[in-house]
Amino acid sequence: MNDRRFNALLGFAALLIVFVFAGFVLTLVVQSLPAVKQEGAAFLYGSEWNPVTARFGALPFIIGTLLTSAIALVIAIPLSLSAGIVMGEYVRSGWLRSLLNTLINVLASIPSVVFGLWGIEVVIPLVRNLAVLFGAPPYGAGILAASLVLAIMIIPYMSSMTREALMNVPAGLREGAFALGLTKQEVVTGIALPFARQSIFAGILLSLGRALGETMAVTMLIGNATRIPDSLFSLGNTLASVIASQFNEAASDVHRSAMMGLALMLLLITMIAGWFGRTLMRKGASAYGK
Amino acid sequence: MALCLFGAASVLNAQTLLGSGATFPAPAYTKMFDEYYKATGIKVNYQAIGSSGGLKNIQDRVVDFGGSDSFVKDTDFAKYPASIVHIPTVIGAVVVTYNLPGNPALRLTGEVVADIYLGKITKWNDKRIAELNPAVKLPNMAIMPVYRSDGSGTTFNFTAYLSAVSTEWKSKVGNANSVSWPAGQGAAQNAGVAGVVKQTPGSIGYVELAYAHQSNMPTAAIRNSSGVWVDASLASISASAAGAFPQDSRILLVNTDAKEGYPISALTWIIVYREQKYGSRTFEQAEQLAKLLWWMIHDGQNFVEALDYAKLPAPAIKVAEAIIKSITYDGQPVLK
Repeated sequence: MNDRRFNALLGFAALLIVFVFAGFVLTLVVQSLPAVKQEGAAFLYGSEWNPVTARFGALPFIIGTLLTSAIALVIAIPLSLSAGIVMGEYVRSGWLRSLLNTLINVLASIPSVVFGLWGIEVVIPLVRNLAVLFGAPPYGAGILAASLVLAIMIIPYMSSMTREALMNVPAGLREGAFALGLTKQEVVTGIALPFARQSIFAGILLSLGRALGETMAVTMLIGNATRIPDSLFSLGNTLASVIASQFNEAASDVHRSAMMGLALMLLLITMIAGWFGRTLMRKGASAYGK
Repeated sequence: MALCLFGAASVLNAQTLLGSGATFPAPAYTKMFDEYYKATGIKVNYQAIGSSGGLKNIQDRVVDFGGSDSFVKDTDFAKYPASIVHIPTVIGAVVVTYNLPGNPALRLTGEVVADIYLGKITKWNDKRIAELNPAVKLPNMAIMPVYRSDGSGTTFNFTAYLSAVSTEWKSKVGNANSVSWPAGQGAAQNAGVAGVVKQTPGSIGYVELAYAHQSNMPTAAIRNSSGVWVDASLASISASAAGAFPQDSRILLVNTDAKEGYPISALTWIIVYREQKYGSRTFEQAEQLAKLLWWMIHDGQNFVEALDYAKLPAPAIKVAEAIIKSITYDGQPVLK
C-alpha cells in the first residue's frame, strides 16, 4: 500500500466517525422536536412526567442522574485513589500486585446486569435496614442503593487509571526526591501524585461519563419513581433508566419523541461534564506551571 | 435424484408465517406454533417485541400478523393503510399479590386497591382492609405498593380496572401502558415486580397470573361488579369473557359484568388486514394465515391452560370464527 492510499484510508475512516456522530446527533434532535415543541423549556425544568396526560418534564430525571453520579464519585474517589496508589507506589510487583490487578480487571468486566442482580440481593436489603434505622420508608431501592453500586462499578476504571498514571512517573524524578531525603509518603503526595494528576483526573472523568450513562444496574436499583429525590433513601429515576423502562412500549408519538429528548439531554450532560472537566484540568495544569 | 429434487421443492414451498408483537401471550403462542408445525409442517415465527412494536409492524405491513394486548382505538384506525380485524386468542389476568407474615388469604375490592396505589391507605391494619377481612389478623405494617416500571399491557389492564372502579383514580392517574404513579416503587417486568414483592415485607404488587402461580405467591380475591368474591382461576378468567361479546371482539374485560368472572381479566389479540391482497401477497399466503388463525381459536386452545392462560369461552369463539371468515383475498372470502 502506498502512502497516498494509506492516507486516504485513514482520512475516510476518520471522516466516517464524524459522519456517524453527526448523524446520531441529528437523529436525536429531529426526533425529539415534537416533544420540545410541545413542552418548550418546561421539558428541562418541568417536574411532571405523565404519559397519560402527555406532560413531559425531565427535571426529576436530570436531578436523579446528576445526584447518583455525584454520590458515586464521592464514594469511589477515595477508594480508587487509595487502591491506585497502593498498586502504583507500594506493591509494584509480586503476588499481591497480580492479585489486586486481576481482581480489578475482573471487577471491570462484570456485566452491569450482574451488578444489578447483586444489588437487589445484597445492597437493597442492607439499605433497607439502614432506612428503617433512620425512619425512612423501608424500600431499600432508591438513590443510595443505585449510587453505591455505581461507585463499585466505576472503581476499577478510576483505580487502574490512577495506577497507570503513577507508573508513568519518571523513575529519575522519584529517585532524585529520595536522594534529597524525602520520605516515601512525601514522594507520593509531593512528587508522584502532582505529576500524575492530569491522568488521574482523566480517569475520574471517564468514570463520571460511565456513571452518568449507566442504565441496567441503575434501572434495577433506583426504584423507578418519577419524583424529585429529597433524601438518600428516596426512590428516583435517571435519564437512562427512564429510557430503558419506557421506550419499548411508549404508546404515543409525543411520548416516544420525549424519550429521544431524554437521550439528547443525556448526551449533552455527558459532553458538558467532559468539557467542564477538561477545562478544569487545563486550568490546573497551567497553575502548576506545566 | 428425483427424490432429491422433490425434497428441495417441498422446502421451497414450505411457508413461514411471520408475526410480532405482545410479549404477554408469547409463551402460549410459542407452544401453539410449535404444535401447529408438528401438525402441518408450517412454521410460524413470532417475535415478542411488545404490543406497540407489533402494531407498528402491521401498520408498515412488514409482518403477516401483529399481536397486541390492547385493541386499536377508533381514532387510531386512520394510521392503518387499510381495514384491520382483531382476532381474540387467549385470556390472561392480572392478579394482586402481597407479602405479609404468614401470607393469609386476603379479600380486596378494586376501590381499596386503588386507594392503596393512590397512597391513601398506607397501613395493612387500615379499617377498610380489616372490614373486608374480619377473620384475618392484619399487622400494623406500612403498605409498600410495587408497580411495573416498564410500559406494559399488564399495567394497561390494571389501571383500566382501577379507572373503572375508582373515579379518583380515573381523574388523578388514568389508564395507559405507563402512568404517573402517585405512590410506590417500580420494578422491571413481571419478574421484577414478583421479585420485589417477595423480598419486601408489607409490599403489594400486580403481576400476570402465571408469575404468581409459578412462584407460589398469594393472590387476593377481588369482588367483581356483581358483588361476588372471585379468586383468579382459569375458570373465572375464562368466565369473564362469557358475557356480552361485541362483533368486532374489541372489548375490555376489566370490571366484567359476567357473574362468575374475575374482574381483572384481559383478552389479547392477533391483528391482520381484512383484505389480504396487498403488496406481493399471494392467495396461498392469505389462506395459510387464515387457516392458522382458525386453528388457534379451536385446536390451539387445548395447549394454553398448561401455561396459565384461560381458554376463549364459546361466545367469543363464535365471534372470532365470523371475523376470520370475513377475511378476503381480492374481495373473495379466503376460508369457504
